[in-house]
Amino acid sequence: MTRLTVDIREKRLAGRAVLGPVSFGLDAGEVVALVGPSGCGKSTLLRLVAGLDREVAGTVRWSGGASRLGVVFQQPRLLPWRTVRQNLDLAGAEGGEATRLLERLGLADKADIWASQLSLGMARRLALARALAVDAQALLLDEPFASLDEGNQRLARAVLAEHLVRRPVPTLLVTHDLAEAVALAHRVLVLSPGPARLLFDQAVPPGVRTDPALAAATVAALRDLAR
Amino acid sequence: MVSRGRAWLVRALSILVLLLLWEGAGRLAASPLAPPASAVLATLAREVASGALPHHVGITLARVAASFLLAMVAGTALGLAMGWWRTVDLWLDSALLLLLNLPALVLIVLLYVWFGLTEAAAIAAVALNKLPTTAVTVREGVRALDRDLLEMGHAFRFGRAATLRHVVLPQLQPYLFAATRSGLALIWKIVLVVELLGRSDGVGFQIQVYFQLFDVAHILAYSLAFILIIQIIEWAVFQPLERWATRWKAS
Repeated sequence: MTRLTVDIREKRLAGRAVLGPVSFGLDAGEVVALVGPSGCGKSTLLRLVAGLDREVAGTVRWSGGASRLGVVFQQPRLLPWRTVRQNLDLAGAEGGEATRLLERLGLADKADIWASQLSLGMARRLALARALAVDAQALLLDEPFASLDEGNQRLARAVLAEHLVRRPVPTLLVTHDLAEAVALAHRVLVLSPGPARLLFDQAVPPGVRTDPALAAATVAALRDLAR
Repeated sequence: MVSRGRAWLVRALSILVLLLLWEGAGRLAASPLAPPASAVLATLAREVASGALPHHVGITLARVAASFLLAMVAGTALGLAMGWWRTVDLWLDSALLLLLNLPALVLIVLLYVWFGLTEAAAIAAVALNKLPTTAVTVREGVRALDRDLLEMGHAFRFGRAATLRHVVLPQLQPYLFAATRSGLALIWKIVLVVELLGRSDGVGFQIQVYFQLFDVAHILAYSLAFILIIQIIEWAVFQPLERWATRWKAS
């Protein structure tokens, strides 16, 4: 089973500290939301966890194998000169799963057009489909629902929730929306304004997904704590 | 905006006007050293019919193709390596600068002196003249690569070959086309010099022969034939190729 241990003392970029002390673990099948004000270093943290940046004082360790990650970046980062389907194939998507996700995310009729022709909303959904279709051992999602209209945001959240039920893998979800964090995550980590320190690490009570009142109360409680 | 059909008409007319001016000037000069368009075209037709022009043009084209291919492949590889690895860039930059500023003629003469008046020396001399500009252009392209897309490829474990083919080369395409266009124009001119100095066939050799005979009509006929062929390559090969490579940009 894949697990993640993060124990960062400090991360500097161009001489400036962008991350302070941040330590947390991510267990097999666990969904953890990273919440914090914009510019606090959430994306930097995600890049460190993804292994795209290794220069850090501290350790980021995967155990149990994380050779295949499903990543959603802040921008869609598609290859505009390849078709929607090729973008999935090149990332290593399983054919059947790719087709299913395209259908589910309302992109079935776009499979053979150039990625350059997608609207931003469609591109973001394709980026999510790409991360979910590669049979990843862990998911790293940086604001995966940003700049989607309300209907598509609901749809994309539902698709992610379904996916996590069918294939529970450790998932790090960066967001600035506490309601989104509570709706999807088992635990919520709240970061301070940059250079981010870990303010607190709070478990989401089981039952929030079926009890809207409890969800609202949890969001309110977290908001108070974060203040 | 000028419509497509009208643009073609204007283009055709401009060529016609040019030919008429040439014809008029040639007739006024009334000298074999400044033949009118009709005389040059007649010479061209005779040379084509005799088979001499197709023979020499074919040989020159083969040399152009060989040195062009060599310069593009080696120059692209060099540019990629220099853009990608700073150490490679530091090691090779001075040599590249030297080659870039070495006059074409010096390079040709040196290669002929060292390796004899051989086909290999001729083609190498032309390729070496073009190689540094290709490398510099491609290096610029590599430096302008989108880091975010490279990172995406890394995150999804694209591997070297797929990264090169699907992430890097599509971004280098405008740079490669720029190098190709300027390369073809440069190379065919240098090939003529190489032929003039050390080959016994090809358009450059023919021009030398007719230079000694002061036969301007033949010199112009051979030049005209080659200009036409290079333009046809542009229309029939490069432009369709570029349209194909950028088809994803069309709305």
